[in-house]
Amino acid sequence: MNARIVHIAANTFREAVRDRVLYNLIAFALLLSGAAVFVGQISIDIEKLVVINLGLTAVSLFGVVIAIFIGIGLVSKEIEKRTLYTVLSRPVRRWEFIVGKFFGLAGTLVVNTFLMAIGVFAALLYVSRHFHQPDAWILVALYFIVLQFLIICSLALLFSSFSSPLLSAVFAFALFVIGSFAEDLRGFAGMAHGLSRWLATAAAYLVPNFSALNVISSVAHEQPVAAHLIFYNTAYALTYAAMVLCGAVLIFERRNLK
Amino acid sequence: MAAIEILGLEKIYRVGFWRKKPKYALRPLHLTVEEGEIFGFLGPNGAGKTTTLKLLMSLIFPTSGTARILGQDWTDPRVKAQIGFLPEQPYFYDYLTAGELLDYYGQLSGVPGKERSERIRKVLGRVGLSDVKGVQLRKFSKGMLQRVGIAQAILHEPKLVFLDEPMSGLDPMGRREVRDLIEQLKQEGKTVFFSTHILSDAEALCDRVAIIHQGTLRGVGAVADLTASVHSRVEFVWQGTRVPASLKALAAECHVTSDTVRAIVPEERQDATIDAVRREGLRLISVVPVRTSLEDYFVEKLKPEKMAGATV
Amino acid sequence: MNSRRSVTLVATLLLVGCMLSSIVCLRRLDQLRTGATLQEVLYISSPQTLKRLSLGYEGLLADIYWTRAVQYFGRKHYADSDHYDLLAPLLEITTALDPHLVVAYQFGANFLAPRPPSGGGMPDKAIELMEFGIRNNPHDWNLYYQLGFIYYMEKKDYANAAKAFERGSQVPNAHPFLRILAAQMAQHAGELETARMLWVTTYQSTHDQQIRANAYNHLLCLKVDEDVTSLQNAVTQYGQKTGNLPPSISAMVAAGLLPGIPLDPDGHPYKLMPDGRILVESPENFPFIERGVPPGYKPPRPKFRPPPE
Repeated sequence: MNARIVHIAANTFREAVRDRVLYNLIAFALLLSGAAVFVGQISIDIEKLVVINLGLTAVSLFGVVIAIFIGIGLVSKEIEKRTLYTVLSRPVRRWEFIVGKFFGLAGTLVVNTFLMAIGVFAALLYVSRHFHQPDAWILVALYFIVLQFLIICSLALLFSSFSSPLLSAVFAFALFVIGSFAEDLRGFAGMAHGLSRWLATAAAYLVPNFSALNVISSVAHEQPVAAHLIFYNTAYALTYAAMVLCGAVLIFERRNLK
Repeated sequence: MAAIEILGLEKIYRVGFWRKKPKYALRPLHLTVEEGEIFGFLGPNGAGKTTTLKLLMSLIFPTSGTARILGQDWTDPRVKAQIGFLPEQPYFYDYLTAGELLDYYGQLSGVPGKERSERIRKVLGRVGLSDVKGVQLRKFSKGMLQRVGIAQAILHEPKLVFLDEPMSGLDPMGRREVRDLIEQLKQEGKTVFFSTHILSDAEALCDRVAIIHQGTLRGVGAVADLTASVHSRVEFVWQGTRVPASLKALAAECHVTSDTVRAIVPEERQDATIDAVRREGLRLISVVPVRTSLEDYFVEKLKPEKMAGATV
Repeated sequence: MNSRRSVTLVATLLLVGCMLSSIVCLRRLDQLRTGATLQEVLYISSPQTLKRLSLGYEGLLADIYWTRAVQYFGRKHYADSDHYDLLAPLLEITTALDPHLVVAYQFGANFLAPRPPSGGGMPDKAIELMEFGIRNNPHDWNLYYQLGFIYYMEKKDYANAAKAFERGSQVPNAHPFLRILAAQMAQHAGELETARMLWVTTYQSTHDQQIRANAYNHLLCLKVDEDVTSLQNAVTQYGQKTGNLPPSISAMVAAGLLPGIPLDPDGHPYKLMPDGRILVESPENFPFIERGVPPGYKPPRPKFRPPPE
């Protein structure tokens, strides 16, 4: 593994931690505890369902927000503050910088998710006294959430490489929203004709598709996740993120740094 | 081998709403810097100094032209291991301490782990920051940041060091120290290329200088050679406060104090002035040649453009 | 220094004063707005739109809407309301967001179908809801059961009720009563027995507190109806035997027509009227009874008595 990429990734992680991003975990813990109290007031039947729905939704949402808000600054902040000059005056290739930043951010999110997952399982234990076999699928749901993060990180990094933080945030969030109903886009493409059909189909495939990665509801109902779904989702997320990173590298390699 | 060979580097920006208007940040530049010399790159603000440095660092890409650094193509990343760069008004990751920053940069420059801490300790000592190694950079003053900048530029023992306005933000003590440091670098056989708009620093340090204005090279050479081309002047001091019309016509400047007059006269008018003083019956106190400085060179060479409303 | 202190003083006083007046204004606003239709408004009523807006987090949104539905019904019920206009849309949204939330369908069957004030009075909507539930959860016997329940109780449509129970009985692990109920529908025999079986099944097959309380109350009232029926039969038999109306219930017991003096679920004995009719001591405690009440009696609003745990 390229040592410089590792160093850049480690430094990015350190920056996130010192930026007190992990404090979001406190908010998360408070949310879960409050929810556990609230959950006790509704049907006993669905206590567990609500804990899983709420817990996983919170993990996903918190992570998306962090991914976007740190991701958009990853490159543009360095350009704006000119910390990048002294880094690039060293034998660091521009693409190594992008890739290192990506792994740093992804690593931060993985650690964050891991800590949150402990919270979710703790809440689950509190509600249902002991674990059952179907609870293992929650791990798959968490894995899919991490895959979702990889895609979002790459998108935030892409926009950060050429756009201001504000615009990057808007674009990244817009793509997140569109990605959550990418399936509707495909349905629309199926019904359209001519040019709009073409455009809609292109958009439907280029836009990230998060519907396949969202299994929170079915995991909450203790339904299993098919193995080939896991395989193809992994492949999709990795290839999509790689595609976006290539775009980021292409843009960044050519950029004149003001 | 020349340390730096700039072969026609040019940078044109397209500005305006439709990106049509060209802005000539740097006209095709041809320049050579020899190994082991301290080379000054001078010019007013906005002349193109920083543009040239950024081109050499591959932070921006030239419209045309190439360069060679230490004999290699300037875009080759491997050449970066042998150069150090201090940007203008540097800013570093403020969540890191000085030691951590240098460690990070050392890692990126490929300094092996075992040597790194020793080198960091030494280089911090050289720039006078030994006792703030563990302090976060966000707490550093501008002068301290400047020193950290120099530290990171020399940490990996590069053969060639680029400094953009290294004295900016430093108090007179600090400037003295940086000047001494640059001298030491030369003693160690390193080449130093630094840009500044403070001419006195360049005069004191540089073996050779290049003068750039509005993106164009205006002169290259040793300081002495350049100043020699400027017209010499002579200073006349006489008793009294009277400035006769004939002397006023001859002199470039006249300063009247409580009991003397000081007049600066171009060298070629020296004899005419002596005659005029004698004719007017003035009591001459001294006649001394004025040492021309780079500033004079500047003013003389660049004045026509300034009068034409150029931006400085 | 003096000007700074006076600024501090003025700013503090102003802050406190404005805070108090803003609280007063808010309270006044609340008073003006109570009883307004704000509570009745669903800002977004289209399930499809909500599904898109949920950005993939439909499960949680479904749970939130489910909670809203439950609280809406409880609040309306407590306030003795006659209209539950939002219940159907809330349940539709809940089930559109999470089609596998079975308890929502159960709630619809128990509280959307019956006539007000016990329910929303929309049996057809409830039937639609059950069919939607069955399409999405074809292996859950409970949904077929609820469907049959609605057909029987609210629509008196025995044919469709039988079909629903029959379909349900085919599902593996179905409640054994379903087969029996299917058969009983065909004969619509023994109304009280059937009703008892239905309410017992409902009671046993859910954990939802409100549904259970409702079923329990129905079972209590069923007991009253059964008691009154058997007492009334005993009165008739007594008359046939002796040619007179019985003077008291104990007389009927002495005549061997009754095993003992029955008590209503509150522990009170039933009243034997001079004209031979049997009346319940406190009919207002049994909102669902159909016997043992004077003519022209209007049942009160049902209050949920919690079942014993």
